[in-house]
Amino acid sequence: MTEFLRFLEMGGYAGYVWSAYGISAVVLIITLLLPLLENKYIRKRIDRMLEEEQD
Amino acid sequence: MYIWFHKLGSAPTFYKWSGLWLPWLGAICFILFAAGLYSGLVYAPADYQQGDSFRIIYMHVPAAWMSMFVYVVMAVSGAIGIIWHVKLAQIAMISSAPIGFSFTVLALVTGSIWGRPMWGTWWEWGDARLMSEALLLFLYIGVIGLSIAIEDKRKAAQAVAILSLVGLINIPIIHYSVVWLNTLHQGPTVSKFDTPSIDMRMFMPLLIMALAFKLFYVVVLLLRTRNELLWRERRSQWVKNIIQGTSND
Amino acid sequence: MNVFTTILKRDLLLAIRYRAELLNPMLFFILIIILFQLGMRAKPEVLITLAPAIVWIAALLSALLSLDHMFRSDMEDGALEQMIISTQPTSLLVLAKIIAHWIITGLAVTLVGPLLGMMLGLSFDATKILFLTLLIGTPILSAIGSIGVALTVGLRRGGVILSLLVLPLFVPVLIFASQTVNTYVGGYSVAAPMSILIALLIFSLSLAPWAASAALRMSVS
Repeated sequence: MTEFLRFLEMGGYAGYVWSAYGISAVVLIITLLLPLLENKYIRKRIDRMLEEEQD
Repeated sequence: MYIWFHKLGSAPTFYKWSGLWLPWLGAICFILFAAGLYSGLVYAPADYQQGDSFRIIYMHVPAAWMSMFVYVVMAVSGAIGIIWHVKLAQIAMISSAPIGFSFTVLALVTGSIWGRPMWGTWWEWGDARLMSEALLLFLYIGVIGLSIAIEDKRKAAQAVAILSLVGLINIPIIHYSVVWLNTLHQGPTVSKFDTPSIDMRMFMPLLIMALAFKLFYVVVLLLRTRNELLWRERRSQWVKNIIQGTSND
Repeated sequence: MNVFTTILKRDLLLAIRYRAELLNPMLFFILIIILFQLGMRAKPEVLITLAPAIVWIAALLSALLSLDHMFRSDMEDGALEQMIISTQPTSLLVLAKIIAHWIITGLAVTLVGPLLGMMLGLSFDATKILFLTLLIGTPILSAIGSIGVALTVGLRRGGVILSLLVLPLFVPVLIFASQTVNTYVGGYSVAAPMSILIALLIFSLSLAPWAASAALRMSVS
Protein backbone atom coordinates (compact mmCIF):
# COMPACT_ATOMS: atom_id res chain seq x y z
CA MET A 1 0.00 0.00 0.00
CA THR A 2 2.72 2.43 0.96
CA GLU A 3 4.55 1.48 -2.22
CA PHE A 4 1.55 2.53 -4.24
CA LEU A 5 1.16 5.76 -2.34
CA ARG A 6 4.81 6.55 -2.92
CA PHE A 7 4.28 5.88 -6.60
CA LEU A 8 1.34 8.30 -6.67
CA GLU A 9 3.35 10.94 -4.91
CA MET A 10 5.97 11.01 -7.68
CA GLY A 11 8.68 12.28 -5.38
CA GLY A 12 6.71 15.38 -4.52
CA TYR A 13 5.92 16.31 -8.09
CA ALA A 14 2.52 14.61 -8.08
CA GLY A 15 0.66 17.74 -9.14
CA TYR A 16 2.79 18.28 -12.21
CA VAL A 17 3.15 14.70 -13.34
CA TRP A 18 -0.47 13.68 -12.93
CA SER A 19 -1.94 16.82 -14.42
CA ALA A 20 0.36 16.39 -17.42
CA TYR A 21 -0.68 12.77 -17.86
CA GLY A 22 -4.29 13.60 -17.14
CA ILE A 23 -4.49 16.31 -19.78
CA SER A 24 -2.66 14.04 -22.22
CA ALA A 25 -5.20 11.31 -21.63
CA VAL A 26 -8.08 13.70 -22.19
CA VAL A 27 -6.61 15.10 -25.40
CA LEU A 28 -5.79 11.66 -26.80
CA ILE A 29 -9.18 10.24 -25.93
CA ILE A 30 -10.97 13.17 -27.53
CA THR A 31 -8.80 12.83 -30.64
CA LEU A 32 -9.77 9.17 -30.85
CA LEU A 33 -13.45 9.61 -30.02
CA LEU A 34 -14.22 12.38 -32.48
CA PRO A 35 -13.87 10.29 -35.64
CA LEU A 36 -15.65 7.36 -34.01
CA LEU A 37 -18.65 9.52 -33.17
CA GLU A 38 -18.49 11.16 -36.56
CA ASN A 39 -18.64 7.75 -38.18
CA LYS A 40 -21.90 6.98 -36.45
CA TYR A 41 -23.29 10.35 -37.43
CA ILE A 42 -22.26 9.97 -41.08
CA ARG A 43 -23.74 6.52 -41.36
CA LYS A 44 -27.03 7.77 -39.99
CA ARG A 45 -27.13 10.68 -42.36
CA ILE A 46 -26.30 8.62 -45.43
CA ASP A 47 -28.84 6.04 -44.39
CA ARG A 48 -31.53 8.67 -44.07
CA MET A 49 -30.52 10.19 -47.39
CA LEU A 50 -30.67 6.84 -49.17
CA GLU A 51 -34.08 6.11 -47.70
CA GLU A 52 -35.44 9.44 -48.83
CA GLU A 53 -34.19 8.81 -52.33
CA GLN A 54 -35.76 5.40 -52.50
CA ASP A 55 -39.20 6.69 -51.55
CA MET B 1 3.51 -3.17 -57.27
CA TYR B 2 2.07 -0.24 -59.13
CA ILE B 3 -1.18 -2.07 -59.62
CA TRP B 4 -1.40 -2.83 -55.90
CA PHE B 5 -0.69 0.78 -55.08
CA HIS B 6 -3.21 1.95 -57.61
CA LYS B 7 -5.81 -0.40 -56.23
CA LEU B 8 -5.11 0.88 -52.75
CA GLY B 9 -6.00 4.28 -54.06
CA SER B 10 -9.43 3.05 -55.03
CA ALA B 11 -11.87 3.98 -52.32
CA PRO B 12 -13.78 0.74 -51.66
CA THR B 13 -10.56 -1.27 -51.62
CA PHE B 14 -8.97 1.12 -49.19
CA TYR B 15 -12.06 1.12 -47.03
CA LYS B 16 -12.16 -2.65 -46.90
CA TRP B 17 -8.47 -3.12 -46.14
CA SER B 18 -8.31 -0.35 -43.57
CA GLY B 19 -11.34 -1.87 -41.90
CA LEU B 20 -9.52 -5.19 -41.59
CA TRP B 21 -6.35 -3.66 -40.25
CA LEU B 22 -7.87 -1.23 -37.78
CA PRO B 23 -8.76 -3.57 -34.89
CA TRP B 24 -5.24 -5.04 -34.95
CA LEU B 25 -3.55 -1.68 -35.13
CA GLY B 26 -5.75 -0.44 -32.33
CA ALA B 27 -4.92 -3.39 -30.13
CA ILE B 28 -1.17 -3.09 -30.69
CA CYS B 29 -1.39 0.63 -30.05
CA PHE B 30 -3.17 0.03 -26.76
CA ILE B 31 -0.56 -2.52 -25.70
CA LEU B 32 2.26 -0.14 -26.60
CA PHE B 33 0.70 2.63 -24.57
CA ALA B 34 0.28 0.32 -21.61
CA ALA B 35 3.87 -0.90 -21.87
CA GLY B 36 5.16 2.61 -22.36
CA LEU B 37 3.23 4.00 -19.42
CA TYR B 38 4.34 1.22 -17.14
CA SER B 39 7.99 1.44 -18.10
CA GLY B 40 7.92 5.23 -18.00
CA LEU B 41 6.14 5.63 -14.71
CA VAL B 42 7.38 2.61 -12.81
CA TYR B 43 10.34 0.92 -14.43
CA ALA B 44 12.50 3.92 -15.28
CA PRO B 45 14.53 5.19 -12.31
CA ALA B 46 13.99 8.71 -11.03
CA ASP B 47 16.25 11.35 -12.49
CA TYR B 48 19.23 12.55 -10.43
CA GLN B 49 18.36 16.22 -10.81
CA GLN B 50 14.69 16.38 -11.65
CA GLY B 51 13.36 13.54 -9.52
CA ASP B 52 10.12 12.08 -10.78
CA SER B 53 9.01 15.19 -12.63
CA PHE B 54 11.09 14.19 -15.65
CA ARG B 55 8.56 11.41 -16.33
CA ILE B 56 6.49 13.99 -18.15
CA ILE B 57 8.88 13.60 -21.09
CA TYR B 58 7.24 10.28 -21.88
CA MET B 59 4.20 12.22 -23.00
CA HIS B 60 5.84 15.49 -24.00
CA VAL B 61 8.65 14.32 -26.26
CA PRO B 62 6.67 11.79 -28.33
CA ALA B 63 3.91 14.36 -28.73
CA ALA B 64 6.42 16.95 -29.93
CA TRP B 65 8.05 14.48 -32.32
CA MET B 66 4.66 13.51 -33.70
CA SER B 67 3.54 17.13 -34.08
CA MET B 68 6.43 17.63 -36.47
CA PHE B 69 6.17 14.22 -38.10
CA VAL B 70 2.48 14.66 -38.87
CA TYR B 71 3.15 18.05 -40.39
CA VAL B 72 5.73 16.55 -42.74
CA VAL B 73 3.36 13.71 -43.67
CA MET B 74 0.62 16.26 -44.26
CA ALA B 75 2.80 18.36 -46.56
CA VAL B 76 4.16 15.37 -48.47
CA SER B 77 0.78 13.71 -48.99
CA GLY B 78 -0.52 17.10 -50.05
CA ALA B 79 2.20 17.35 -52.66
CA ILE B 80 1.46 13.83 -53.89
CA GLY B 81 -2.24 14.61 -53.89
CA ILE B 82 -2.08 17.66 -56.09
CA ILE B 83 0.81 16.69 -58.35
CA TRP B 84 -0.49 13.24 -59.25
CA HIS B 85 -4.15 13.90 -58.48
CA VAL B 86 -4.38 11.13 -55.91
CA LYS B 87 -7.57 11.87 -54.02
CA LEU B 88 -6.70 9.58 -51.14
CA ALA B 89 -3.51 11.55 -50.52
CA GLN B 90 -5.52 14.77 -50.51
CA ILE B 91 -7.92 13.34 -47.97
CA ALA B 92 -5.04 12.02 -45.86
CA MET B 93 -3.56 15.51 -45.81
CA ILE B 94 -6.78 17.20 -44.71
CA SER B 95 -7.46 14.50 -42.13
CA SER B 96 -3.98 14.76 -40.64
CA ALA B 97 -4.26 18.42 -39.74
CA PRO B 98 -6.54 18.12 -36.68
CA ILE B 99 -4.48 15.20 -35.38
CA GLY B 100 -1.24 17.14 -35.71
CA PHE B 101 -2.95 20.05 -33.99
CA SER B 102 -3.87 17.84 -31.02
CA PHE B 103 -0.31 16.59 -30.73
CA THR B 104 1.03 20.13 -30.83
CA VAL B 105 -1.38 21.23 -28.11
CA LEU B 106 -0.28 18.23 -26.08
CA ALA B 107 3.39 19.01 -26.57
CA LEU B 108 2.92 22.64 -25.54
CA VAL B 109 0.77 21.92 -22.48
CA THR B 110 2.93 19.08 -21.15
CA GLY B 111 6.04 21.08 -21.95
CA SER B 112 4.70 24.00 -19.98
CA ILE B 113 3.80 21.79 -17.00
CA TRP B 114 7.23 20.16 -17.13
CA GLY B 115 8.88 23.54 -17.43
CA ARG B 116 7.49 24.79 -14.17
CA PRO B 117 9.43 22.53 -11.81
CA MET B 118 12.42 22.41 -14.15
CA TRP B 119 12.93 26.06 -15.06
CA GLY B 120 10.62 27.72 -12.58
CA THR B 121 8.44 29.20 -15.29
CA TRP B 122 5.31 28.16 -17.20
CA TRP B 123 6.44 29.84 -20.39
CA GLU B 124 9.71 31.23 -21.67
CA TRP B 125 9.42 33.65 -24.57
CA GLY B 126 13.06 33.43 -25.53
CA ASP B 127 13.24 29.66 -25.90
CA ALA B 128 13.64 28.77 -29.57
CA ARG B 129 12.14 25.29 -29.47
CA LEU B 130 9.15 26.41 -27.48
CA MET B 131 8.46 29.32 -29.81
CA SER B 132 8.84 27.13 -32.84
CA GLU B 133 6.37 24.63 -31.43
CA ALA B 134 3.94 27.48 -30.80
CA LEU B 135 4.51 28.51 -34.42
CA LEU B 136 3.64 25.00 -35.51
CA LEU B 137 0.39 25.34 -33.60
CA PHE B 138 -0.53 28.42 -35.60
CA LEU B 139 0.49 26.74 -38.84
CA TYR B 140 -1.93 23.94 -38.07
CA ILE B 141 -4.66 26.43 -37.19
CA GLY B 142 -4.00 28.19 -40.50
CA VAL B 143 -4.21 24.93 -42.43
CA ILE B 144 -7.43 23.87 -40.72
CA GLY B 145 -8.88 27.36 -41.16
CA LEU B 146 -8.06 27.44 -44.86
CA SER B 147 -9.50 23.98 -45.46
CA ILE B 148 -12.75 25.12 -43.87
CA ALA B 149 -12.82 28.50 -45.62
CA ILE B 150 -12.63 27.10 -49.15
CA GLU B 151 -15.77 25.27 -50.05
CA ASP B 152 -14.70 23.41 -53.17
CA LYS B 153 -12.88 20.28 -52.01
CA ARG B 154 -10.47 20.16 -54.91
CA LYS B 155 -9.52 23.80 -54.52
CA ALA B 156 -9.23 23.39 -50.78
CA ALA B 157 -6.80 20.50 -51.25
CA GLN B 158 -4.66 22.56 -53.61
CA ALA B 159 -4.60 25.54 -51.28
CA VAL B 160 -3.83 23.52 -48.18
CA ALA B 161 -1.09 21.61 -49.99
CA ILE B 162 0.58 24.86 -51.03
CA LEU B 163 0.26 26.30 -47.54
CA SER B 164 1.65 23.26 -45.76
CA LEU B 165 4.57 22.99 -48.16
CA VAL B 166 5.40 26.63 -47.53
CA GLY B 167 5.13 26.12 -43.78
CA LEU B 168 7.41 23.10 -44.07
CA ILE B 169 10.35 25.48 -43.89
CA ASN B 170 9.43 25.92 -40.24
CA ILE B 171 10.34 22.33 -39.44
CA PRO B 172 14.10 22.52 -39.96
CA ILE B 173 14.08 25.84 -38.14
CA ILE B 174 12.60 24.05 -35.13
CA HIS B 175 15.14 21.30 -35.36
CA TYR B 176 18.24 23.42 -35.74
CA SER B 177 17.17 26.43 -33.70
CA VAL B 178 18.66 24.77 -30.64
CA VAL B 179 22.02 24.98 -32.35
CA TRP B 180 21.60 28.44 -33.82
CA LEU B 181 20.35 30.35 -30.82
CA ASN B 182 21.49 29.95 -27.20
CA THR B 183 18.46 29.41 -25.10
CA LEU B 184 17.04 27.57 -22.12
CA HIS B 185 16.02 24.31 -23.71
CA GLN B 186 18.39 21.42 -23.00
CA GLY B 187 20.45 20.07 -25.85
CA PRO B 188 18.81 17.52 -28.11
CA THR B 189 18.64 14.32 -26.11
CA VAL B 190 18.28 12.05 -29.09
CA SER B 191 20.41 12.28 -32.19
CA LYS B 192 20.83 9.52 -34.71
CA PHE B 193 24.59 9.48 -34.61
CA ASP B 194 25.44 10.12 -31.00
CA THR B 195 24.99 7.63 -28.23
CA PRO B 196 22.05 8.80 -26.15
CA SER B 197 23.16 10.87 -23.26
CA ILE B 198 20.66 9.23 -20.93
CA ASP B 199 20.32 5.88 -19.23
CA MET B 200 18.88 3.04 -21.33
CA ARG B 201 16.25 2.36 -18.68
CA MET B 202 15.05 5.91 -19.13
CA PHE B 203 15.41 5.86 -22.89
CA MET B 204 13.50 2.71 -23.70
CA PRO B 205 10.09 3.90 -22.45
CA LEU B 206 10.59 6.92 -24.70
CA LEU B 207 10.98 4.68 -27.74
CA ILE B 208 7.95 2.62 -26.79
CA MET B 209 5.83 5.72 -26.33
CA ALA B 210 7.12 7.14 -29.62
CA LEU B 211 5.95 3.98 -31.37
CA ALA B 212 2.64 4.09 -29.52
CA PHE B 213 2.05 7.66 -30.64
CA LYS B 214 2.93 6.82 -34.23
CA LEU B 215 0.46 3.99 -34.28
CA PHE B 216 -2.13 6.19 -32.63
CA TYR B 217 -1.72 8.67 -35.45
CA VAL B 218 -2.16 5.94 -38.06
CA VAL B 219 -5.29 4.64 -36.34
CA VAL B 220 -6.94 8.04 -36.05
CA LEU B 221 -5.87 8.95 -39.58
CA LEU B 222 -7.48 5.79 -40.95
CA LEU B 223 -10.66 6.50 -39.00
CA ARG B 224 -10.88 10.05 -40.31
CA THR B 225 -10.02 9.07 -43.87
CA ARG B 226 -12.69 6.39 -43.89
CA ASN B 227 -15.28 8.87 -42.69
CA GLU B 228 -14.32 11.35 -45.38
CA LEU B 229 -14.45 8.65 -48.06
CA LEU B 230 -17.87 7.47 -46.95
CA TRP B 231 -19.22 10.97 -47.10
CA ARG B 232 -17.66 11.98 -50.40
CA GLU B 233 -18.79 8.82 -52.16
CA ARG B 234 -22.14 8.59 -50.42
CA ARG B 235 -23.94 8.30 -53.74
CA SER B 236 -21.91 5.36 -54.97
CA GLN B 237 -22.92 1.73 -54.88
CA TRP B 238 -20.19 0.51 -52.59
CA VAL B 239 -21.18 2.99 -49.89
CA LYS B 240 -24.79 2.02 -50.30
CA ASN B 241 -23.87 -1.59 -49.72
CA ILE B 242 -22.03 -0.73 -46.54
CA ILE B 243 -24.66 1.54 -45.06
CA GLN B 244 -27.58 -0.65 -45.92
CA GLY B 245 -25.82 -3.69 -44.66
CA THR B 246 -25.46 -5.78 -47.77
CA SER B 247 -21.66 -5.92 -47.35
CA ASN B 248 -19.58 -6.86 -44.36
CA ASP B 249 -17.45 -3.73 -43.99
CA MET C 1 10.45 40.70 -69.84
CA ASN C 2 8.09 43.14 -71.45
CA VAL C 3 5.04 42.13 -69.44
CA PHE C 4 7.20 42.08 -66.32
CA THR C 5 8.13 45.73 -66.64
CA THR C 6 4.64 46.62 -67.75
CA ILE C 7 3.14 45.23 -64.57
CA LEU C 8 5.85 46.84 -62.46
CA LYS C 9 5.29 50.24 -64.01
CA ARG C 10 1.52 49.92 -63.85
CA ASP C 11 1.49 49.06 -60.17
CA LEU C 12 3.83 51.92 -59.33
CA LEU C 13 1.75 54.37 -61.37
CA LEU C 14 -1.43 53.21 -59.65
CA ALA C 15 0.26 53.62 -56.30
CA ILE C 16 1.24 57.18 -57.06
CA ARG C 17 -2.23 57.97 -58.31
CA TYR C 18 -3.90 56.54 -55.24
CA ARG C 19 -1.47 58.00 -52.76
CA ALA C 20 -3.96 57.70 -49.92
CA GLU C 21 -3.75 53.93 -50.03
CA LEU C 22 0.01 54.22 -49.81
CA LEU C 23 -0.11 56.46 -46.78
CA ASN C 24 -2.26 54.22 -44.64
CA PRO C 25 0.25 51.42 -43.97
CA MET C 26 3.01 54.01 -43.50
CA LEU C 27 0.95 55.94 -40.97
CA PHE C 28 0.12 52.69 -39.27
CA PHE C 29 3.80 51.83 -39.04
CA ILE C 30 4.73 55.14 -37.44
CA LEU C 31 1.70 55.08 -35.19
CA ILE C 32 2.48 51.65 -33.74
CA ILE C 33 5.98 52.68 -32.78
CA ILE C 34 4.80 55.92 -31.20
CA LEU C 35 2.03 54.13 -29.33
CA PHE C 36 4.51 51.62 -27.96
CA GLN C 37 6.56 54.42 -26.49
CA LEU C 38 3.55 56.16 -25.01
CA GLY C 39 2.17 52.96 -23.59
CA MET C 40 5.36 51.66 -22.12
CA ARG C 41 7.16 54.51 -20.34
CA ALA C 42 10.13 52.23 -20.03
CA LYS C 43 13.61 53.19 -18.91
CA PRO C 44 15.96 54.04 -21.79
CA GLU C 45 18.10 50.93 -21.29
CA VAL C 46 15.03 48.72 -21.51
CA LEU C 47 13.71 50.58 -24.52
CA ILE C 48 16.94 50.00 -26.42
CA THR C 49 16.64 46.22 -26.07
CA LEU C 50 13.02 46.38 -27.17
CA ALA C 51 13.57 48.84 -30.02
CA PRO C 52 14.42 46.37 -32.82
CA ALA C 53 11.46 44.17 -31.98
CA ILE C 54 9.10 47.15 -31.82
CA VAL C 55 10.20 48.46 -35.19
CA TRP C 56 9.98 45.03 -36.72
CA ILE C 57 6.57 44.24 -35.28
CA ALA C 58 5.33 47.53 -36.68
CA ALA C 59 6.84 46.56 -40.03
CA LEU C 60 5.07 43.20 -39.95
CA LEU C 61 1.69 44.66 -39.11
CA SER C 62 1.86 47.41 -41.69
CA ALA C 63 2.95 44.86 -44.30
CA LEU C 64 -0.10 42.82 -43.38
CA LEU C 65 -2.29 45.85 -43.81
CA SER C 66 -0.89 46.64 -47.24
CA LEU C 67 -0.90 43.09 -48.57
CA ASP C 68 -4.60 42.98 -49.11
CA HIS C 69 -4.32 45.36 -52.03
CA MET C 70 -1.82 43.20 -53.85
CA PHE C 71 -4.17 41.16 -55.97
CA ARG C 72 -7.62 42.27 -54.99
CA SER C 73 -8.11 45.06 -57.52
CA ASP C 74 -6.59 42.87 -60.21
CA MET C 75 -9.06 40.15 -59.37
CA GLU C 76 -11.97 42.49 -59.59
CA ASP C 77 -11.16 43.95 -62.96
CA GLY C 78 -10.11 40.67 -64.53
CA ALA C 79 -6.47 41.58 -64.89
CA LEU C 80 -5.56 38.60 -62.75
CA GLU C 81 -7.00 36.13 -65.22
CA GLN C 82 -5.10 37.87 -67.98
CA MET C 83 -1.93 37.41 -65.97
CA ILE C 84 -2.52 33.72 -65.60
CA ILE C 85 -3.40 32.87 -69.17
CA SER C 86 -0.71 35.06 -70.70
CA THR C 87 2.22 33.45 -72.46
CA GLN C 88 4.61 34.78 -69.82
CA PRO C 89 5.15 32.46 -66.85
CA THR C 90 2.81 33.54 -64.09
CA SER C 91 5.56 33.32 -61.48
CA LEU C 92 7.51 36.01 -63.30
CA LEU C 93 4.50 38.29 -63.22
CA VAL C 94 4.00 37.57 -59.53
CA LEU C 95 7.62 38.51 -58.94
CA ALA C 96 6.86 41.83 -60.61
CA LYS C 97 3.97 42.35 -58.24
CA ILE C 98 6.14 41.45 -55.24
CA ILE C 99 8.80 43.94 -56.26
CA ALA C 100 6.18 46.61 -56.88
CA HIS C 101 4.64 45.92 -53.48
CA TRP C 102 8.02 46.20 -51.80
CA ILE C 103 8.86 49.48 -53.51
CA ILE C 104 5.50 50.87 -52.43
CA THR C 105 5.55 49.67 -48.83
CA GLY C 106 8.73 47.91 -47.70
CA LEU C 107 11.13 50.50 -49.08
CA ALA C 108 9.40 53.29 -47.20
CA VAL C 109 9.50 51.26 -43.99
CA THR C 110 13.20 50.54 -44.55
CA LEU C 111 13.94 54.23 -44.84
CA VAL C 112 11.72 55.48 -42.03
CA GLY C 113 12.24 52.62 -39.60
CA PRO C 114 15.84 53.40 -38.65
CA LEU C 115 14.89 57.00 -37.83
CA LEU C 116 12.21 55.72 -35.47
CA GLY C 117 14.73 53.26 -34.10
CA MET C 118 17.01 56.11 -33.16
CA MET C 119 14.05 57.83 -31.56
CA LEU C 120 13.66 54.72 -29.42
CA GLY C 121 17.24 55.10 -28.30
CA LEU C 122 19.28 52.91 -30.59
CA SER C 123 22.85 54.00 -31.19
CA PHE C 124 23.82 55.15 -34.67
CA ASP C 125 25.73 51.93 -35.37
CA ALA C 126 22.90 49.73 -34.14
CA THR C 127 20.55 51.72 -36.36
CA LYS C 128 22.73 50.91 -39.35
CA ILE C 129 22.29 47.23 -38.55
CA LEU C 130 18.54 47.78 -38.15
CA PHE C 131 18.50 49.41 -41.56
CA LEU C 132 20.23 46.39 -43.06
CA THR C 133 17.79 43.96 -41.48
CA LEU C 134 14.89 46.01 -42.80
CA LEU C 135 16.45 46.20 -46.25
CA ILE C 136 16.89 42.43 -46.37
CA GLY C 137 13.80 41.50 -44.40
CA THR C 138 10.99 43.62 -45.83
CA PRO C 139 11.22 42.04 -49.30
CA ILE C 140 10.83 38.69 -47.55
CA LEU C 141 7.58 39.97 -46.08
CA SER C 142 6.32 40.98 -49.52
CA ALA C 143 7.31 37.61 -50.94
CA ILE C 144 5.78 35.49 -48.21
CA GLY C 145 2.77 37.77 -48.08
CA SER C 146 2.10 37.28 -51.77
CA ILE C 147 1.54 33.57 -51.11
CA GLY C 148 -1.02 34.29 -48.43
CA VAL C 149 -2.82 36.83 -50.60
CA ALA C 150 -2.83 34.46 -53.56
CA LEU C 151 -4.41 31.76 -51.40
CA THR C 152 -7.16 33.99 -50.03
CA VAL C 153 -7.92 36.47 -52.79
CA GLY C 154 -10.99 34.52 -53.86
CA LEU C 155 -12.49 34.24 -50.39
CA ARG C 156 -15.17 36.50 -48.99
CA ARG C 157 -13.54 37.21 -45.64
CA GLY C 158 -10.08 36.85 -47.10
CA GLY C 159 -8.50 39.52 -44.93
CA VAL C 160 -9.10 37.74 -41.65
CA ILE C 161 -7.68 34.42 -42.67
CA LEU C 162 -4.85 36.17 -44.49
CA SER C 163 -3.44 37.38 -41.17
CA LEU C 164 -3.81 33.90 -39.70
CA LEU C 165 -1.93 32.32 -42.58
CA VAL C 166 0.81 34.87 -43.03
CA LEU C 167 1.79 35.84 -39.48
CA PRO C 168 3.22 32.41 -38.53
CA LEU C 169 5.32 32.56 -41.66
CA PHE C 170 6.45 36.09 -40.80
CA VAL C 171 7.61 35.20 -37.31
CA PRO C 172 10.97 33.63 -38.25
CA VAL C 173 11.84 36.87 -40.06
CA LEU C 174 10.88 38.85 -36.95
CA ILE C 175 12.96 36.61 -34.71
CA PHE C 176 16.09 36.62 -36.82
CA ALA C 177 15.90 40.31 -37.70
CA SER C 178 15.48 41.55 -34.12
CA GLN C 179 18.02 38.95 -32.98
CA THR C 180 20.53 40.43 -35.39
CA VAL C 181 20.25 43.90 -33.94
CA ASN C 182 20.24 42.66 -30.36
CA THR C 183 23.28 40.52 -31.06
CA TYR C 184 25.07 43.56 -32.38
CA VAL C 185 24.13 45.64 -29.36
CA GLY C 186 25.34 42.80 -27.15
CA GLY C 187 28.74 43.04 -28.79
CA TYR C 188 28.77 39.78 -30.71
CA SER C 189 29.26 39.16 -34.40
CA VAL C 190 26.10 39.45 -36.48
CA ALA C 191 27.39 37.16 -39.21
CA ALA C 192 25.22 34.20 -38.22
CA PRO C 193 21.73 35.73 -37.93
CA MET C 194 22.44 38.08 -40.81
CA SER C 195 23.39 35.27 -43.15
CA ILE C 196 20.24 33.42 -42.12
CA LEU C 197 18.23 36.51 -43.07
CA ILE C 198 19.96 36.68 -46.43
CA ALA C 199 19.31 32.98 -46.95
CA LEU C 200 15.63 33.54 -46.13
CA LEU C 201 15.52 36.36 -48.65
CA ILE C 202 17.00 34.29 -51.46
CA PHE C 203 14.83 31.35 -50.54
CA SER C 204 11.60 33.31 -50.38
CA LEU C 205 12.22 35.34 -53.53
CA SER C 206 12.91 32.23 -55.56
CA LEU C 207 10.08 30.07 -54.20
CA ALA C 208 7.30 32.50 -53.34
CA PRO C 209 6.43 33.55 -56.90
CA TRP C 210 6.14 29.91 -57.85
CA ALA C 211 3.93 29.03 -54.88
CA ALA C 212 1.86 32.18 -55.25
CA SER C 213 1.18 31.57 -58.93
CA ALA C 214 0.03 28.02 -58.14
CA ALA C 215 -2.25 29.48 -55.50
CA LEU C 216 -3.53 32.15 -57.91
CA ARG C 217 -4.42 29.52 -60.46
CA MET C 218 -6.44 27.78 -57.79
CA SER C 219 -8.12 30.95 -56.58
CA VAL C 220 -9.12 32.19 -59.99
CA SER C 221 -10.27 28.89 -61.47
